[in-house]
Amino acid sequence: MWEFLQNPIFQITIRSLHISGTATLLSSLWSLPLGILIGMKSFPGKQFAKGIFNALLGIPTVALGLILYLLFSRTGALGFLHFFPSPQAIIIGQAILVTPIIISLTISAVESVDPEITDLAKTLGASGVEASLAVLRESMGGVVLAIIASFNRAIAELGVALAVGGNIRGFTQVLTTTIALEVNRGQIEYGIHLMIILLAIVFTITILTNFLQRRIK
Amino acid sequence: MRKSIIIWIIALILVAVVSVAGTAYYVGDGPKEKLVVSTTTSLYDTELLDTIEDEFEAKYSIDVYFISVGTGLAIEHAERGDADMILVHAPSKELSFLEDGYGVCRKIIAYNFFAIVGPEADPANIEDLSPTHALANIVETGINEGAKWVSRGDDSGTHIKEKSLWAAAGFNWTILRNEGWYVEAGAGMGKTLQVADNLDAYTLTDMGTYLKYYNDGIISLEALVTEGEELLNVYSAIAGNQTGHSGINFNGAITFMKFLISEKGQEIIATFGKDVYGQSLFYPAVNLLKHDKNPTLVQWIKNYAFFNGYECPPEYQDNHPELYT
Repeated sequence: MWEFLQNPIFQITIRSLHISGTATLLSSLWSLPLGILIGMKSFPGKQFAKGIFNALLGIPTVALGLILYLLFSRTGALGFLHFFPSPQAIIIGQAILVTPIIISLTISAVESVDPEITDLAKTLGASGVEASLAVLRESMGGVVLAIIASFNRAIAELGVALAVGGNIRGFTQVLTTTIALEVNRGQIEYGIHLMIILLAIVFTITILTNFLQRRIK
Repeated sequence: MRKSIIIWIIALILVAVVSVAGTAYYVGDGPKEKLVVSTTTSLYDTELLDTIEDEFEAKYSIDVYFISVGTGLAIEHAERGDADMILVHAPSKELSFLEDGYGVCRKIIAYNFFAIVGPEADPANIEDLSPTHALANIVETGINEGAKWVSRGDDSGTHIKEKSLWAAAGFNWTILRNEGWYVEAGAGMGKTLQVADNLDAYTLTDMGTYLKYYNDGIISLEALVTEGEELLNVYSAIAGNQTGHSGINFNGAITFMKFLISEKGQEIIATFGKDVYGQSLFYPAVNLLKHDKNPTLVQWIKNYAFFNGYECPPEYQDNHPELYT
């Protein structure tokens, strides 16, 4: 058992799940409330705000990786944090990467809820927060989808993890960076093993989501 | 309705547990001293550094973190203070790195030879020619659409070597790159070899990466030109200059450098790969230079990789003369 836990493939997989899971959780903390807020309220510039988040959906990970490297580099603006190279830097990078995904999908989910529910809740004496919770409950399916899609995006990305993590053995190696490195090293078979694990994670989660969504509806 | 919230909460708890359990994993041993080393890909991709890391970490309580990049980016990392030490193979860049005040205590640790590899059919007839003569043949055949050349094109040590070889053969690399037979891979050595193999093209490679790919059956390119002073490849270690960046782990870098040039470190370099490839991928340089064992070879190294007659000019030795005795 101990040997299995020490196995590099197992450790890399756990590290990947951990980094991307934490990044998704972290991002949800700010993205969910923001998405619900934008979805529920109508205010001038709402379409513009939605447009921005939609545009950011496609941000190339190499671009984000380079920007973050320049920030976290010791001579960069956030150099004092000593975050390059570290798993924390990857977590922050991936959290930023998935922020527009959670926000955009949450907005769509919330907007698809019948506006009468908010009104009804309010006429029944609910406060603003309580009304939001009512809407959140109605749009649960879409919100779960937003989070899962974000996690999948995070665990499958390479650019940020490589740029601010550096693919260091036993420290910042995650599935995608290890696959890239091992293939470069000529260890294609090892790369294939890791690829199967990565695909298994992504597919399992997607299937689970579909199942969950049906249950919720 | 209730059900969905319960499922939601369970999912959240699951993710949180996975996160916490994972943290325990990689934070592990606690705050051990860290040493970040940016290194050229050839030393890392052959797994030589994995072997050295294991031996070093068994002896010292320092965690070595290797970041495998090209020589160009390795130097950039050190200039920005992101690496405590670099392992590189481009003497011309190393000199300006020292002169600009970013690095100190440069030490030559190993050498080997680059090789020009190409398809077995060898359309440009370069086998066993001198490197410059071989390149001239490749250009001629290339222009007649009989051969292709794949370049790293990534400002790595190997790419810098390639450019100097073109210059030595009397060609201007910036003109060659616009020609159809000259392909720039913009990738590491392994990828470049695979591209060259698929295109039946010639390329310049370090011996270590080539042998690994060749013996594993990933490529079928033959090593056609493997000898000559122009193909010499010299690897050096340079510590970051702590007066430039206060956060640098300078003592760790010196400790690691001393391990690399110790009998043990040099022996690892000398024997690495012998069991698998039947020959060494790298040759240790410290005793060779110290005892002048092979005058021709030593002279080649001095011509190529010494600065004003010094392995490291005294003004850059940063009070560590013991490295050079």
